[in-house]
Amino acid sequence: MDEALTAKTVRITGHGGDEIEAYLAVPDDGSSSRGSVVVIHHMPGYDSSTKEITRKFAANGYAALMPNLYHRDAPGASPDDAAATARAMGGVPDERLVGDVGGAAEYLRALPGSNGKVGVIGYCSGGRQSFLAACSLPLDAAVDCYGAFVVNPPGAGMPLKVTPIVGMAKDLSCPLLGLFGADDKFPAPDETAELSKALDEAGKPHEFHTYDDAGHAFFDVAKPAYRPEAAVDGWRKIWEFYGMHLSRSS
Amino acid sequence: MCTYQTEQISVTGSGKGAAGWFTVTNATVYFDHPVHAMAEHTLNIDFINPDRGPSARVAVELSAESARQLARAIEASLASVPEALIG
Repeated sequence: MDEALTAKTVRITGHGGDEIEAYLAVPDDGSSSRGSVVVIHHMPGYDSSTKEITRKFAANGYAALMPNLYHRDAPGASPDDAAATARAMGGVPDERLVGDVGGAAEYLRALPGSNGKVGVIGYCSGGRQSFLAACSLPLDAAVDCYGAFVVNPPGAGMPLKVTPIVGMAKDLSCPLLGLFGADDKFPAPDETAELSKALDEAGKPHEFHTYDDAGHAFFDVAKPAYRPEAAVDGWRKIWEFYGMHLSRSS
Repeated sequence: MCTYQTEQISVTGSGKGAAGWFTVTNATVYFDHPVHAMAEHTLNIDFINPDRGPSARVAVELSAESARQLARAIEASLASVPEALIG
């Protein structure tokens, strides 16, 4: 694999038939049977670091697409201004998120070379949204990187802008890989253990890893929370997981 | 974690953003991930004017202690001037 790829901004059809911006990265490998990944950006937005993650998937053989979840709120704005605007407007409704991820998945399935398999991944708030999407849409593999408030509600003093969604576990459409930090408080290990138990009870395949000496956002190379040992092993597990579930032809 | 927490108030005043001075109408205050500061969480304030678009924004990301010092400094500054000036 020479890691050659093409990346560009495209327009896709999102929730409610809305046209939204998205960042697409596709390997230049001429493959006729490649898997695809929808990348869900974190709350700080459709930014350069998440675009870098999107390109990383293409460099590893996957077509990857990151919808701009804030496009409707601030079309054409810089990522940080758009994130601030979206926040002031109340954030991304769950229903809209599902529609946008669904639109991104359809776009990827229609690309030349697609094998029809689509995974999803999200970090932080996107971790919860990855689980939400995988419980709401027909997908082939989902990765939740330290998503909070899947099981526990936000604590007192925190306005309830998001609600727990563990009750959707029975609807999970695909295997779930969870990557968490042992020092994280949100989600703390007891919360992820409870999610694992709910998935066991629902008979849903999942694989959770909780890294010692790592807290929230340990994948974030641009922040002090970065933990190289956890991040390097986490990426290895992501490649194994997607290799297993997205590589087969449909 | 993303806290999702957001306080919003209406404000009267002006701010200087990337395109110069503009009238600010709202402030959003939240403790969450910063865009630029080297910390996992910061106290973030956006002074904005939604009518002028997303880029009409003056943003700061402060450590929790800095934010508390700022709040005390604001109160001290207002307390040190005659009430008649404040109106």
